[in-house]
Amino acid sequence: MSADPTPGGAPEPADRTPALDGAGLALAEPPAAAAPRPGAADIEGRSPWQLAWIHVRRDRAAMISLAFILLLALLSVSAPLLAHWIGWSPTDQDRTQGLTVDGLPVGPSGRHLLGTDNLGRDILVRVLYGSQVSLLVGVVSTLLAVAMGVLVGLVAGYFGSAVDTVLSRVMDLVLSFPFLLFAIALVSIFGSSLAISVFVIAFFSWAAVGRIVRGQTLSIREKEYIEAARSLGANDLRIMFVDVLPNLLAPVIVYTTLLIPIAIVFEATLSFLGLGVVPPSPTWGNMLSDSLDFYQVAWWFPLFPGLALLLTTLAFNLLGDGVRDALDPRAERLFQD
Amino acid sequence: MSTDSTSGGAEVGQPPTAESAATGPLVEVREAVKYFPIRQGIVFKREAGRVHAVEGVSLTVRRGETLGLVGETGCGKSTLARCITKLHPLTSGTLLFEGQDITGLSRSQVRPFRRRMQMIFQDPYGSLNPRRRVGSIIGDPFAIHGEGARDERKPKVQELMELVGLNPEHYNRFPAEFSGGQRQRIGVARALALKPSLIVADEPVSALDVSIQAQILNLLEDLQREFGLTYVFISHDLSVVRHVSDRIAVMYLGQVVELAGSEELHGRPRHPYTNALLSAASVADPDQAAARQRIVLTGDVPSPIAPPTGCRFHPRCPKAQEICVEQTPPLVARAGDPDSHLTACHFPVAPGEDLTRVTATIPEEERAE
Repeated sequence: MSADPTPGGAPEPADRTPALDGAGLALAEPPAAAAPRPGAADIEGRSPWQLAWIHVRRDRAAMISLAFILLLALLSVSAPLLAHWIGWSPTDQDRTQGLTVDGLPVGPSGRHLLGTDNLGRDILVRVLYGSQVSLLVGVVSTLLAVAMGVLVGLVAGYFGSAVDTVLSRVMDLVLSFPFLLFAIALVSIFGSSLAISVFVIAFFSWAAVGRIVRGQTLSIREKEYIEAARSLGANDLRIMFVDVLPNLLAPVIVYTTLLIPIAIVFEATLSFLGLGVVPPSPTWGNMLSDSLDFYQVAWWFPLFPGLALLLTTLAFNLLGDGVRDALDPRAERLFQD
Repeated sequence: MSTDSTSGGAEVGQPPTAESAATGPLVEVREAVKYFPIRQGIVFKREAGRVHAVEGVSLTVRRGETLGLVGETGCGKSTLARCITKLHPLTSGTLLFEGQDITGLSRSQVRPFRRRMQMIFQDPYGSLNPRRRVGSIIGDPFAIHGEGARDERKPKVQELMELVGLNPEHYNRFPAEFSGGQRQRIGVARALALKPSLIVADEPVSALDVSIQAQILNLLEDLQREFGLTYVFISHDLSVVRHVSDRIAVMYLGQVVELAGSEELHGRPRHPYTNALLSAASVADPDQAAARQRIVLTGDVPSPIAPPTGCRFHPRCPKAQEICVEQTPPLVARAGDPDSHLTACHFPVAPGEDLTRVTATIPEEERAE
C-alpha cells in the first residue's frame, strides 16, 4: 500500500486542461478515473455479503454451530428413514423389553441406544422426531414474526407521526402481554395444535423485531439517498422496499438467527405445559414433561431431549453471535466504507 | 420585488448563452417563503417557533445558464434548492417551472415534472444507497418512470456511465468500491438519465478533494454544453461558483442580498456582506493574499428562529445605520449599476470603498451615496 502513490482507489489526476481548452468533451477524453490500474484490473470486487461470509468462516464456534444445525436439519428431515432403520417408530411401545419388570424405563442398551421412556418408546427416535417440531416451529414462527415485524416497523418508521405513534403503542402493548397466560387462554379456546403454537410464538416475537426495524428505518429515512430517490419521483412503497429494506437486512438477519432459539425454547415451554403439539407426537418439551416423574430413576429420560434442546439453542445462539459480529458492528464499514 | 428586471438586463463580462434567448425563464421563484415549525410537547404538539429558512426570495433561472447560489452554512441555499425541486413544499410564494405553476401540486402531480428537474447531492457517500449496485442506482430514474424494459435499461445505464467517465464494466459494483469523485460521477449519471432541462446541484463538489473538484466541474460544464442543461449551482466556495456560474445570487439568512453576473459581482460587489465574503475567499498567490484587506465580520450569524428586523445583515454590517434596523432594503438595481445587478442594501458599497475603515454606529452620510 505504501508504495502505491494513490492508495484507496483508482488514480484521479486533475485533468483540468482538456475542458479548459475546450477541445475534449468528457466522452472524447476518458478520464483516468475509469481506467483500471495495471495489475488491479483482474481483481474481482467482493460484495459485502462475501466479505461477511469470509468473516463468519473465520469464527470457529459459529462454523461448528452451523455444521451442527445443518446436521440436525438433515437428521430431522430423514427421521422417518432413520426410524425405519433403527426399527422403532416414535409411538411404538417395546412391549417385550421396553420397560423393566417394575414398569420403569430401560436404560441405554444395544436395543435402545438412548434408552426408553415411561411407556417403553425409543428415546433416540423420539428425539429425532422432536427435532422436526422444534426446527419447524422455530423457523416458521420466526419467519412469520420477522415478516410482520419488518412490515410494521418499516411502516411506523418510514411514515412517522401519527402512524408511528399508533404502531409503536401497539408494539408496546404486545411486548407487555404476559406470554404464558395468553398462550394458555388461546389454547383453551382453540385447542392445542402445531399451528396454534406457531401463531402464539410469532405473535409474541414480532414486536421486538418491529421495534428494531422502526429504529433503523427512522435513521435511514433521513439519509440523503432517500431524498435522492424522492427527488427522482419514487413513491413511498418503492422507497420503503427498494431503498430502505436492503439497508435493514443485516440487523434483520442477525435478529432472525437469534430469534430462532428463543422460538424453539418457547415451543418447548408450550409443549412442556401440555399446550403445544398434541401428546403422542414427540417434542422435546413434552418428553421433558413426561420425564419429570422418572428423572430420579432414569437419568437418560430427561437428559437426551434436554441435551438436544440445549445444544440446538446454543448452536443457534453462537451462530447468531457470529453473524452479528460479521454483519453488525463492522457492517457500516463494510457497506459504507 | 420580483426580479423581472433580469430578463432584459445587459450582462457585463459574461459569455452570451444561446439558450437564454429561448422562450421565457426555466424557473421562476416569486416571494418564496419556507418556515420549518419547531414543535414542542409530547402528545399535543404546539408550535414553539419557526425557523425562517427562506424568506421572500424571488429568482429567475434562465434556460441554459448556470445560476450560482452562495452563502454560508445555514443561509437557506439548500432549502431553497429543495423547494425548487419540490422536495419541500413552500410555506408561501409561487414556483413556476417552464411557465407552469407547480407550487401547489401534490406528489403524484409533480411526478411528470421530476423528469425535467433533477438534483445532484452534496455528499457522494450519503446520496448513493450503500446496499444497491451502481447499475441499479443509475437505472433508478428509468425504473421509477417506467422507461424501457428491465433488459433494455442496462445498455442505457452503461451509456450513461461512459458519458460521465465511468467504466461501464463496473455496472455491478457497490458504491463503496468507488472513490469520492467517481461516486459523484454516479450521482451525475443518475441526474442525467432522463435528460432533464434543469439540474439543481447542491454543493456537488464541496465534499471532494480540490483536484477532483476540477474534474467534476469540468464534467458538469461539458455536459451543459452537450445537452443544453440549466444549472442551479449551490456552493459556499466563491471561487468554485465564480468558475461555473453565469450569474450569482448571494444569500444571507434566507434572503438574496445581491444578484449579478459572475464577473460583475466579483468586480464590483455592492453589498457589504458580498464584500466580506469575497475578501475571505482564498487566493492562490501568497503575495496577493498578504496584500489584500480582509473584512472580518464581528459576531455570529443570528438565529434564523428570530431573525433581526429590517436588513438581516445589520447586526454585523460595518455600515449599518438607523434605517437598516427599521426597514428591509428591497433587492433592486442601485444607482450606477446595470439593470442586472441587484442589491438589497440601503448603503451599497461604492467601488474602492474601504470597509475596514467604517464603523457602524457613526452615521457617515457621505459614504451612503
